[in-house]
Formats: sequence, C-alpha cells, structure tokens
Amino acid sequence: MLRYLIPLAVFIILVIFLAIGLKNDPRYVPSPLIGKPAPDFSLPRLFTPSTTFGPKSLRGKVWILNAWTSDCVGCRQEHPYLLALSKNKLINLIGLDYRDSNTLAIALLKEHGNPYQVVVTDQDGSVGIDYGVYAVPETFIIDKKGIIRFKYIGPLFPDEINKTILPLIKKLNEEVG
Amino acid sequence: MHPARARRLKLVVIMLIGVFIAGGFAFLAFKENLMLYFTPSEVAAGKAPTGQRFNIGGMVVDGSVIKSSQSVDVQFDVTDYDKTIRIKFADILPDLFREGQAIIAKGKLNTEGVFIADEVLAKHDETYMPKEVADSLKHKNKPGYDKTKPSPSPSPSPSP
Amino acid sequence: MIVEFGQFALILALILALIQAVLPLIGTLINLPNLILVARPAAQAQFLALVISFACLVYAFVIHDFSVAYVANNSNTNLPLLYRVSAVWGAHEGSLLLWALVLSLWTFAVTIFSRQVPPLMLARVVSIMGWISIGFLLFLIITSNPFARLFPVPAQGHDLNPLLQDFGLAIHPPMLYMGYVGLSVAFAFAIAAMWANRLDSAWARWSRPWTNIAWIFLTLGIALGSWWAYYELGWGGWWFWDPVENASFMPWLVATALIHSLAVTDKRSSFKAWTALLAIFAFSLSLLGTFLVRSGVLTSVHAFASDPERGVFILLFLLLVVGGSLTLFAMRAPLIKSHSQFSLLSRETALLLNNIFLVVLAIGILAGTLFPIFTVALNLGKYSVGFPFFNFIFVLLGTPLALLLGFGQLLRWKKDRARQHITKLIPLAISILLAVASVLMMSYFSFYALLGMSLAWWMLIMTITSFMQRFKNQPFSFSSLRKIPPSYYGTHIAHIGVVVFCVGITLTSNYSSKKDVLLKPGESYQMDGYRYKFNGAKQITGPNYRGYEGDVVITKNNTVIANMKPQKRIYFSQQNPMTEAAIDAGFTRDLFVALGEERGQAGAWTLRLYYKPFIRWIWLGAIIMSLGGLVASFDKRYRQKNKRTQTAAEKDRPDGELA
Repeated sequence: MLRYLIPLAVFIILVIFLAIGLKNDPRYVPSPLIGKPAPDFSLPRLFTPSTTFGPKSLRGKVWILNAWTSDCVGCRQEHPYLLALSKNKLINLIGLDYRDSNTLAIALLKEHGNPYQVVVTDQDGSVGIDYGVYAVPETFIIDKKGIIRFKYIGPLFPDEINKTILPLIKKLNEEVG
Repeated sequence: MHPARARRLKLVVIMLIGVFIAGGFAFLAFKENLMLYFTPSEVAAGKAPTGQRFNIGGMVVDGSVIKSSQSVDVQFDVTDYDKTIRIKFADILPDLFREGQAIIAKGKLNTEGVFIADEVLAKHDETYMPKEVADSLKHKNKPGYDKTKPSPSPSPSPSP
Repeated sequence: MIVEFGQFALILALILALIQAVLPLIGTLINLPNLILVARPAAQAQFLALVISFACLVYAFVIHDFSVAYVANNSNTNLPLLYRVSAVWGAHEGSLLLWALVLSLWTFAVTIFSRQVPPLMLARVVSIMGWISIGFLLFLIITSNPFARLFPVPAQGHDLNPLLQDFGLAIHPPMLYMGYVGLSVAFAFAIAAMWANRLDSAWARWSRPWTNIAWIFLTLGIALGSWWAYYELGWGGWWFWDPVENASFMPWLVATALIHSLAVTDKRSSFKAWTALLAIFAFSLSLLGTFLVRSGVLTSVHAFASDPERGVFILLFLLLVVGGSLTLFAMRAPLIKSHSQFSLLSRETALLLNNIFLVVLAIGILAGTLFPIFTVALNLGKYSVGFPFFNFIFVLLGTPLALLLGFGQLLRWKKDRARQHITKLIPLAISILLAVASVLMMSYFSFYALLGMSLAWWMLIMTITSFMQRFKNQPFSFSSLRKIPPSYYGTHIAHIGVVVFCVGITLTSNYSSKKDVLLKPGESYQMDGYRYKFNGAKQITGPNYRGYEGDVVITKNNTVIANMKPQKRIYFSQQNPMTEAAIDAGFTRDLFVALGEERGQAGAWTLRLYYKPFIRWIWLGAIIMSLGGLVASFDKRYRQKNKRTQTAAEKDRPDGELA
C-alpha cells in the first residue's frame, strides 16, 4: 500500500524546494551603493532650468532622493503618498526626473501637486546610472554625512513608508552629522 | 510462480532496466551540461575554470562597448562593482542589451583572462535583473540591504 | 462605472463559484438531490459573470481608461485596436482573469455536453472545478486585481510590450490556457471517480473527448508559441528549452500519455490507478507551470514580472490541490482491482511503455528545469542546465518512443504472438534504406539525421500498414472507408503528424546554417547556394514606432528568390529596439534575414542570415496531430449512454468495478 504514497511524498519534497526557491526573493535588488557616499551631481532644476542643484547643499541633513518620470505608472501610484509624506517637516524630498520630457513633468506636478522640495532633471540619465537606477520609481535615503543608507525599488506605499522610511529618517536625524 | 505473475515480473524488470539506463545516460548528459555561474570577482580571483563553459553575469560598464566596424565582433566589460571582466562576442547582441544593464553571458575564458561568449542574454522586460546577478550584487555588500531592516551603520568605507 | 461593474461581476463570480463548489458537495454527502441540481446553473451563472467581468476589462482597454492601473501599464493611445484587445491578457492580472474565464468556460461546456453522465457524477465534477475556480478567483481578487484604480490618472499609458504586439502572440495565450485549463476537466473527472470509488471504464470514456480537446489546444498553443518565438524574437530559434517553454511542454507530454492510457482504461478496463495518477499529474504540471512563470523562482527570458507574494499564494494552492488529490489517490488506489490480464507482447505493454517513456521524459525535463532551484536550496552553487542536456534526453527517449509508435499500432490487445512480428524487420530495413537515400540527398552526412529519418520512415510505413489492416477482410472502397470509426482515423492522422514533426526537427536541427555578417551597401554573402545582397537600410515610421528597414535581395543561380525587408523598430514608449525579421517561407526551406545594428559611417549593418530546411514541417506536424485529435473526438462511442458500451472485459460484472 505504501507505494501509492510515493507520488505524494515526491510532491511534498518538490514543494519544499520550491518554497526555499521563493525565499530567494528576486524583487529586492540591493544597491551596491549602500554605505557608500552618494554620487555628486549638479543638474538643472525642473522649474528654473537656468539654475542648478546638487547634493552638496544638503550636507548635514537627512534627505530622500526619488527617481521618477511622468509616464511611469508606479510613480503615479506612489504620488499621493509622497504628497502626504512631504507634509512632514523632517523630510527633505528631492525629485530626480529621470530621462523625461520637462513639459510633461511640469504638467503632472502642476495638476496633481508637487511633493518635492527640489526637482532636478536628468535628461541623459547619467546621474540615474551613477545611482544604479534601473527602473523608476526608486527611492534612496541619504544621511547627514552624505552616505546612502537605504534604497527601495518600486512604488512606495503607506506600509513601507510607515514601517521603514519614517523610523529610519527619525533614527538618522538623531545621528551626529 | 503463477505464469501471469512471472510475465508481469519480467515486464517490470525490463522496464526498470530501461529506466535505469536512460537515467544513467541522462545523468552523464547532465554532468556535461551543467554550467556554473560566476561573478566577475570570482573570475578575477581565478575561481572559474579555463577551457570549460560557464556563465558570467554582471552589469555592462558604461562606455565599455566597442563595436568593430570591420566585422560583427563586439567587446564590452561587465562588473559587479568590484572587479571587471572583458567579454568578447562574435554574434549580434540581443535587442535589450544596453550599457548599465544586467546581462548573463555564456562561454569560456581564454588564456588572457578575456571571456569569449557564445551567447549573451538580456531580458524582455526593461525592469529585469537576472536573479543570479541580483544575488551576487547582494553578496558584494554584506552589511548592506535587508528588506525590513535598513542598514544599521555604514559599512567601513572612506568617510567623505 | 463600467470598471466597478467588472469588479463587481468578478466578486459575484467568486460567490457563484462558492455555491457551485459547496452546495453540490453537501448534496452528494447527505444525498439531497436538490442541492446536486444546483451545480449546473451555478456553473453557468459563474461563466456569465466572468464573461461580463472580462468584457468590462476589454472595454476599459478599448476606450483607453488609464484610470485603471492595469490598462495604464499595458496600453497606449497609439496602440491599434487588435492589440488593445490582446493587451488584456498581455500581463499578469489580465492573463489570470483570462485563465479564470477559460476555466469557467470549460465547466460551462461540461454542463452542456455531458448529458450522458449521471447527474450525481456530473455534480461532483462541477463541484471540483468550482473549488479550483475559487482558488483562482481568490488569487485574482486578493493579489492581482486587474481593476485596481490609479490616481492621478495619467494622460498616456505605458504601452504594451512591443514583443507582444503581434498576431501570433495575440492568440497564443488563449490557446495555451484552453489547453492548460482544459486538463482540469480530466483532473476533475478523475477526482470525482476516485471520490465515488468508481474508477471504471465509463469514467475513462467520459474523460476521453475532454482530454483530447484540451490536448488539441495545448498542442496548437505550444506550436503557436514556438512559431512566434521563431519570427518575433527575431533570432530564428524555434525552441529554447526555456523554463517557460518547458512549463508548457511537460503537461503536453503527460497529457499525451494520458490520452493513450485512457484508451486502455476505456477499452480494456486496465491501468486504472495509473490513468487517474496521470490525470492528476497533467493538471498539476499546468499549475506548476503557472507557479514557475509567475513567482520568479527561475530566471527565464520570458517570465511575467514576478512577485514572491503571488508565488506563496500559488504554492499554497498547489499544495492544497495536488497534495489533496494525491492523498485521495493514496487512499483509493489500493482498492482498485484490475481484472484484465495481458501478456508481455500485447498492445497494453506497448502503451504502457509509451506512457513510461513520455513520463520519464517529462520528469527529465522537470529535473533539468528545477535543477537550479535544487542546487541553490542545497547551497551547492548556482548552476544552469544547458540546452544540450534537454536535446540529449529528448533524442534518448524519443527514439524508443518512435520505434514503439510504429510497432505498437500493429499489436493485438491482450496477447500477441512474437513469431508473427518477425516479419516487421523487413519494413525496418526498408525504412533505414529510405533514410540513407534521404540523407544522401542532403548536403552532407549526419548520424542524427540518419537516425531521425529512419524513425520517420519507420513510423510512416507502419502507420499506413496499420491503417490498411482494416481492409484485410473487406475490399478497399468508399463504403468501407465510411464504416471506419473516427477514432481510428484520428489515431492514424495524429501519428502521421508525428512523422511530419519528426522530419521537421531532424532536418532543421541537422542542416540549418546560420551566419552573422557585417555588410556594406552593395556587398553580398553566399551561403548554402543562396546569395544575400545587401542594398542598404533606410529610415521608416510606423503608427507607434520608428526605425530602419533593410533591403536584402536573395538570388540563387542568378534568379531572384526573394526581396527581404527586415526591420529594426524603436517603439515610442520604450527605450529598446525590436527586431522584425524578414522570412521567405517555403515548404522545404525558410530563408531568414534579421537586421542587427549600424556600424561605422559607410552605412554598413550587421545582419543575421539563416537557412532553415523543413522548419515549417515542425508546426505542420503539430497541426496534423491536433487534427487527428479533433477527428478522434467525434467518435460516437463517447456520446452514448454507458450501459450499452461496456467493454468485453466488464461484460460479466454488472457494475464493473471494485470487487
């Protein structure tokens, strides 16, 4: 009779392996930049392209870099939550408009609100590559010393913001700059 | 023994032998066709075999792609942000091949430490990073990223 | 509004699926006929709800409703109507909705076309399909809602992956899903039969046409996928042993085994436990395929954007469905007694061996596909299994299968005499001679070509011989041809399909030529007697792309064969280029030109050139096989009430089963 249990036993072993396979989560790609200084840049601002902006002016502050484009669905999904996040006084949210049309980007922010303190435009995508952006939206958190401490790929939802982003910002703000 | 049962036993034995022979052959084929995956750092450290096919994966270094104007040949560098390996390829690259993108190449290492690829894979999806590459980048950065816990302290890197 | 309606219909479908699954189950347990009768209308209503839900999603795509995240992600105002519709199943959420729709379509079909099945049995089958439907609808609603809204609403969508903007791929997923999901009918019948303790030949007879039809769709779906990969992926391969392809090929192999094993159970009332196990395997492999494609556990060139959360859900579902049915199997199978006996040389043995080779091949492919997961889980390092392994086991197990196909058709049921079959060595010798002649006609000798062609000739001769056996005792005439039952025609047509397929792969694999070249305008390249002259490339603009079009003139002995226009397209909404190969298709060969990239200043381009002999025969073979399956499904035996068609082996026992 035992031989009729063989298929079941084989199947269970297979499921165990598949479950282990699942644990090797492919979605959370780490950034090799974590723990390294945030790459410097000097890019034109979206609303005033004649002036430039760079991370140097944020030294001593904890800030967030959010890479986005106007035609990306994930960016729109996280947009309302970024707006809510930007109400928090502790947050310095910088937008990196990655390989995008300025007109479309401005139109979007005018229509739906602008969560960013500053938006810079990365027309040729070179800064995005420095930061290892491979799919927008991506979010980086940089500490007071200018070191990247966290990276998130994909749209930010309240869950992730409340569980990870806000506690981390709070902690980093307590560190000595 | 009952003749019918004896026949059935014979059938089972013949089938088992057949399956074992097939399994044995399959196992041999398996061993020859297993391809290990190496990161550029591992290759640079001499861990990869020469003269035997294997996979290498990494990000294509920006500006490293050189295309011959005399033949189909191309060369480019892949990196895991630690070590970089040069790859030569004598076929047409896939459409989704781009600088700054993750790829996997299959082929052999030559004596000069250049990887001679016979196949280069990039994915259909723009937001794709081959799992092997993603994992190896993860290992590159031990104290770094964790899904739920952000890094407690920066890894020992030069302070700015 | 319409979108909310679609969402509502989806939830309604879930409620109806619950009714369809639970009430008949209770009805059969406490013997309440009224509850049993609920099965049919509930299943039909669920189908209607899913049709409405699906139509709402199609509507959202047609009118460019980018307030739906799924539409915004997969469509674009520049996208032509046909591809807006096919974009519905272009990504995870929508394709899952299609899956659920197809499942309810099959259930609907079962309620309509299974009048000969007793109501109690039908209620069990429909209830089981209802449980499967619940699983998929929950999956859809909880983890992958296609109707999720997006705010702020984008003015433009992200566009459908250009690779999917193609007619072949527009119909490939529906075909494949019809096949995958169709196997759930055979599965549900097997579970229902085990549940009722009635694994008998009537059960096999009810399952046979359903299995046939699902198998036809699966065959065509896989062939379409292979054809699409050949011309749309642009690089001329027709099968890559990619995990996603393997995920469709494994259930096909097991379904093929199931078709043959069902024949034995139907006609000889033998192999009952084995047939039930195959029905479980076939559907389990479909589910496993879904898991592999959507969970991201494997690196594949064309997996869906993966999400581990979804993976966990499917894995749990898989555990429940397959684990549950295998447990039921372990409980019921020991009770089955086989009454018929057969000798070592008999058609039963041949079909058993056929089953074993097919299943071992499926297991080999499964092992090769999952091997990377095993080694990573056991911390042995990261491996990948190359295509030579798959090719090797395919040839290793395909060869005895082909030999068996030729021989087995001529064997009698139950017992045959060996002496009679020694004469079969003559056709075997003839086949080898014909194969030698065939291979000599090609450009060079190859052992594998000789092997493949020998097997093809052998199968052809034996299939014709087997068919002609019908006319041993009657003259070959129109009226005697008409008396032959459709299933007899079907079997032989399908086997001819295997012959055509075998010729196709043998010649394509052994005699194809490929060359990547760099040509300046005016330069040409000679390969296999054909001269490819490159006349430069010019810029072009399409509805939602721009790009380059090359001009290549192919001549043979100074006669123009074809003027090829391969393209390189860059779709407005994407960053990556797409290759549109130019193919000159022919019955005995394809010529294939793909445009690579521009090099240097002189207008030189890299080009990929292919010469592919007999490649069409691969897909033609698949079409003939499915035609055979279709013809066989029309057999009257499947539509008769079961009493009159008891098999010889069962006649003397009133209810057939379970001593």
